[in-house]
Amino acid sequence: MNQWKNFTKGFIKESPTLVLLLGMCPTLGVSTSAMNGLGMGLATTFVLVMSNLCISAIKSLTPDKVRIPIFIVVIAAFVTIVDLFMAGYAPGLHKQLGIFIPLIVVNCIVLGRAEAFASRNNIVSSIIDGAGMGLGFTLSLTTLGCIRELLGNGSIFGFKFIPGDAILIFILQPGAFLTLGFLIALVNRLKKTT
Amino acid sequence: MAKKTESTFINMFLSLFIFTGVASFALAGVYNITKEPIAKVEKLKKENAIKEVIPEFDTIVTREVALPDQVRPIAISEGYMDGIPAGAAVQTFSMKGYSGLIELMVGFDTAFCITRIEVLQQKETPGLGTKMETPEFKEQFFGKNPAEFRLKVKKDGGDVDAITAATISSRAFCDAVQRAYDTYKKEGGK
Repeated sequence: MNQWKNFTKGFIKESPTLVLLLGMCPTLGVSTSAMNGLGMGLATTFVLVMSNLCISAIKSLTPDKVRIPIFIVVIAAFVTIVDLFMAGYAPGLHKQLGIFIPLIVVNCIVLGRAEAFASRNNIVSSIIDGAGMGLGFTLSLTTLGCIRELLGNGSIFGFKFIPGDAILIFILQPGAFLTLGFLIALVNRLKKTT
Repeated sequence: MAKKTESTFINMFLSLFIFTGVASFALAGVYNITKEPIAKVEKLKKENAIKEVIPEFDTIVTREVALPDQVRPIAISEGYMDGIPAGAAVQTFSMKGYSGLIELMVGFDTAFCITRIEVLQQKETPGLGTKMETPEFKEQFFGKNPAEFRLKVKKDGGDVDAITAATISSRAFCDAVQRAYDTYKKEGGK
């Protein structure tokens, strides 16, 4: 398989949030600002790469009927490890991202990639798939965060350049659905032309 | 590719058992490694918050006050400058946050006016309730004496400008500050 294609497919063509529509819960909940989206995306990318690596390595040892519980155990273990290490050695980062880390366990992108890709492919392809999918997730979450923060708060990455109150609904949940809907429409349009 | 393990009962049992076992050991190991740094970070955070909220001090005396009607003890750290009281930092909490517990460090000067407030812990909605950490919200409390500054959001007839779309978080913040004030007023200076 062409590894470059394997890496870039997560960005637009098989974007986990905008095309596969996986991981809606963190997407809608966390994308209130660009920084939050970026942080969540990067933390997820790390877990995705590590869990894809592990699951690909143990795939011949896992009986089919209990593969899902085993995958979940692997993913949850990595998330907790990331959480603990971050709390101990990178407290500043943990303060920013702390609330999102436990959410990664329930992100179905991680389990989805384990099931659809890592359990069927070799370790190298699985790592690349994890990195690509993770960065694709980061990209869509940051885009979503930028749009919502701009419309809802008049700022991007915390830099406020529209003074005063903005359209508050974009920070709230309905704004997440609206923005996501338009982004999906845009990506579908892009996919058609290419 | 190696042959897939068959889904026999014994295989399923063994593989699940082994994987959960390995994961538990890995987690226990990581927990032990990180326990100390995490405790250190927590302690440092508290000390920094105390330094942040008390104007100037050279010695500090901390004690915990466990009030019978409170679910958690409240720590009062009183600072002294050359033996003269220089204010106090009160570690307070509220359970009324949008996602439960909120912990604050509230500083008071000797006249019971609020000096500064630091947020120690909160799990409020990102982008809304989390704005309680911003100076825009906190600064309205600084220099105020809760005896005349009513610690309630304007909607409830108080003097506090609530965070837009995060009234519950703002109420909880006021609740915590009020608790700090009440406790310090009652227990302080002993």
